Amino acid sequence: MLSDKDRIFTNIYGHQDPFLAGARRRGDWDNTAAILARGRDAIVAEMKASNLRGRGGAGFPTGLKWSFMPKVSDGRPHYLVINGDESEPGTCKDREIIRHEPHKLIESALIASFAMGAHTSYIYIRGEYRPFAANLQRAIDEAYEAGLIGRNACGSGWDFDFRIHLGAGAYICGEETALLESLEGKKGMPRMKPPFPAAMGLYGCPTTVNNVESIAVSSTILRRGAAWFSSIGRPNNVGTKLYSFTGHVNRPCVVEDALGVPMRELIDKHAGGVRGGWDNLLAVIPGGCSVPILPKSVCDTVLMDFDALRAERSGLGTGAMIVMDRSTDVIRAIARFSRFFKHESCGQCTPCREGTGWMMRVMERMVAGRAEIEEIDMLEQVTRQVEGHTICALGDAAAWPIQGLIRHFRPVMEDRITAYRAAHPRSGLAPTPDNLPGRLPAAAE
Amino acid sequence: MSGQFSAENIGHGTPGHVPRDAAVRQPESFVFDTDSEAEIAVVLTRYPAGKQASAVIPLLYVAQRQMGRQTGSAWLPRAAMDVVAARLAMPPIRVYEVATFYLMFNTKPVGRYHLQVCTTTPCWLRGSDEVTAACRKAAGVRNWEETSADGLFTMTEVECLGACANAPMMQINDDYYEDLDGPRTEALIAALRRGEVPAPGPQVERMASAPAGGRTTLLETPEES
Repeated sequence: MLSDKDRIFTNIYGHQDPFLAGARRRGDWDNTAAILARGRDAIVAEMKASNLRGRGGAGFPTGLKWSFMPKVSDGRPHYLVINGDESEPGTCKDREIIRHEPHKLIESALIASFAMGAHTSYIYIRGEYRPFAANLQRAIDEAYEAGLIGRNACGSGWDFDFRIHLGAGAYICGEETALLESLEGKKGMPRMKPPFPAAMGLYGCPTTVNNVESIAVSSTILRRGAAWFSSIGRPNNVGTKLYSFTGHVNRPCVVEDALGVPMRELIDKHAGGVRGGWDNLLAVIPGGCSVPILPKSVCDTVLMDFDALRAERSGLGTGAMIVMDRSTDVIRAIARFSRFFKHESCGQCTPCREGTGWMMRVMERMVAGRAEIEEIDMLEQVTRQVEGHTICALGDAAAWPIQGLIRHFRPVMEDRITAYRAAHPRSGLAPTPDNLPGRLPAAAE
Repeated sequence: MSGQFSAENIGHGTPGHVPRDAAVRQPESFVFDTDSEAEIAVVLTRYPAGKQASAVIPLLYVAQRQMGRQTGSAWLPRAAMDVVAARLAMPPIRVYEVATFYLMFNTKPVGRYHLQVCTTTPCWLRGSDEVTAACRKAAGVRNWEETSADGLFTMTEVECLGACANAPMMQINDDYYEDLDGPRTEALIAALRRGEVPAPGPQVERMASAPAGGRTTLLETPEES
């Protein structure tokens, strides 16, 4: 596994001074001008050579994304927009970068912006992170004061402005085009792609949207070299990653480690193991709630990287592990995600707007077992009619948890239905409507 | 019967939700105060000329926070939305759309302390049901989106707040209170009731999102106070 000298986020817990003095001691802002002096093309080439894949969930190669920006401006300004909307359940890593490593983020934003010809970068931070964004704002003020950003940033000749924009509570604004709509002052409703942001982005200008972690590792990659970064992990799955360990582990936490480490090893080493021991494990969702659940039999041996998890019909996503032990009502755990997606649907396209509501209501019946066995197949068929037929990936994300549940835990669902029928023999009356508003149980007086 | 959670959480933040004016006493007018105007001046410099619509979320926050300062209830009356629309040269409907689309804008009054409890699965796995029960008991609120009779607490069910390694947790006004359980939640609410401001963050001995019991990594890096 990774040694500390290969870690990037050396202040991820805030145990050291997050601000300029501490950041400089950790190596941030060390001769940034020299990095910029290499020139745009060399910087983009190095990022491509590093094989860094986006850390926001989609895993798109970062250097390649930067290279999509026009080499010469047609008069429209270029923008780097950093996606700090972190709202994928289980994911809690970007908050730590924003509040404890703000200078690493700002310096990386300067370098990335230069590499794509952008003089202005916005970071869109979810509104609930206001207190943590305050740390970043203080670091931005320090950076302006010290001439590190602003006019002639670091004496490089490049002007660079960095501005925080807070969201207001909408998971969909983590989708890059919805984020741009929100930044422009509208409801966060995704746009069709193409056109892609590099052609038509913020205010109709060439824009790159990258996750906080993807940007924040750039300065270190450029300092230590692409060869160093790509020597960690395995081909197509390189580098380090901030993982979060949540749910039924003994010591939940956020930790930076290498890609490609076995899931079990990570959980045992960093999170104190599964509650009740490894054999008490039921399942893990390996990368935030949008990726399908994996049963223990897969978790026993699977590696935490893009390709290994994809081969098991799941995904690395954000690297946020949601661990469930045998005490878990797994149907209820997934049903809660169905409710999440129904809340967060922006409502723009029919399969998602109607489908997430329908999936939520059927999943709620599945929690009770108040269903027919045949409805499991119907539920799966409906998820496949939502998946791939929506303007953005939220439709897919809403479908996948249910597909994972049916793939790996169908017997649990069938048992629940059988048990419900045994307890409530058919009375011949019409079935209960699905959408009765629920209330919390009456409080005991 | 799905006892613990509602089938349809119809309320603020749901597309198509309309503020129910009949149920809410709307003030006749709204005017930004001096503090707000100072903030607005800074906000407007952040966006290019002609793109001031980008400031709609920041200005709605300014208005909502001003209501909190002035009335103890941080919410957005219709009059405030109209003022924002005029200031940004936007049709009012465009501001109403934004105010109703985003969950963090309160289109009806809230108590002095807005208890926003995360119940998404990672928090649920670690005991959000206990936190919820403790809130109901200690704050005197029976259901989601209700305000206690004394007007102090409004309890809202929210989706993942991005602190899953410190679950279960809730956000009270701006601050995150983490690593909760039933008793810690009750103690927190009791402290608020006494007029205290409890320190945010983990409510157990723990440094941010490092594992409780100490770091497994970065062991060579010294702490700086």
